[in-house]
Amino acid sequence: MKISVHIERTNTTQKIDFSGITVRQLLCQLDLNLETVLVARNNEVLTEEETLQENDLLEILSVISGG
Amino acid sequence: MLFRGDKMNCHKCDAKAVISLQHGSLCKSHFLSYFEEKVFRTINKFQLIERKDKLCIATSGGKDSLTVLYLTKKYLEKYNCNNELFALAVDEGIAKYREKTLRDLHHFCREQNIRLETVSFNEELGKNLDVAYPFINKGTKKKPCHICGVWRRYLLNKQARDLGATKVVTGHNLDDEAQAIVMNLFKANTKIAGRLGPISGIEEQELFVQRVKPLYFCLEKEVRLYTILKGWQVQFAECPYSHTGYRHDIQEMLNEFEQKYKGTKQGIINSFLAMLPLLREEERKQPEEIKPCQECGEAANQEVCNACKMKAIIQSC
Repeated sequence: MKISVHIERTNTTQKIDFSGITVRQLLCQLDLNLETVLVARNNEVLTEEETLQENDLLEILSVISGG
Repeated sequence: MLFRGDKMNCHKCDAKAVISLQHGSLCKSHFLSYFEEKVFRTINKFQLIERKDKLCIATSGGKDSLTVLYLTKKYLEKYNCNNELFALAVDEGIAKYREKTLRDLHHFCREQNIRLETVSFNEELGKNLDVAYPFINKGTKKKPCHICGVWRRYLLNKQARDLGATKVVTGHNLDDEAQAIVMNLFKANTKIAGRLGPISGIEEQELFVQRVKPLYFCLEKEVRLYTILKGWQVQFAECPYSHTGYRHDIQEMLNEFEQKYKGTKQGIINSFLAMLPLLREEERKQPEEIKPCQECGEAANQEVCNACKMKAIIQSC
């Protein structure tokens, strides 16, 4: 499925071909550590087991900030 | 169809979950209660705040300091405490970083009706970090995080004491503490490790204002989630120097472990707290002599404190 991902840390948006089903699988595909990000869709935070849909627009929020 | 206890549903109700924790998933409402109760329980269990205390909240405008500022105020209201409270921010002078978080902090303090005091490296020490770092590094090889840490702790303690505070409340979270424990363990700094914990320091010292950490048991991820769910405008801001430090490598290692073995960071904290009384007992047998710095009069374990030594390097350039 095709989904759009906005990454807060780099302030970039990319369209990707996602071959999995869940948030956990997406983060794995993007090579992002589960402990370092939160994922939101329509301003709602999703758990790692949430199922993603075709054409989802996701926000990947960084947990780590500061120094 | 989803059922109670399903991973996507709150284990306390049928609402949609926002986080999966070790003991189950929680919805927005139950997470907010769980988080706040955890912070209040930490304050009570370790007696971080006493009725006579005047509280200085060390703030930067980032997620941790806004959370600790808000929840300390909420705690005082909940328990009908009349403690005086103010926020103190240190502006290190790091371009394209600190100005963003300080803007958020000013806005937040105005909204929450909290008095905000600010102090800067430039005004107090003669140079901001961006300017001072290359000079100090040239002669000492000290990294920016080390220089920043020495000066921040120095100014926070000095300003808090000058403003009459009896406690400095910091936003250190479970991740910060687990990193500090492992860093000290790897470097065999047992003396320094003994000063960690929810209340910093081994003995009360006249020149030191005690530092307390209400977010001690809160994962960094939980703190960020709390700020999102509260709807606070916390911009993503990362210190440009953060990748240069030893802490960064430890942080990455612990996150790798946590992803693979859930509960690693909590395990580090629990083990450390079990050992802390022994570390402190050992330190009390040979206590470090603290005396006023010959240059500035602040607390030092040598004739001249580290902050003044670094200040002298810049002045000689």
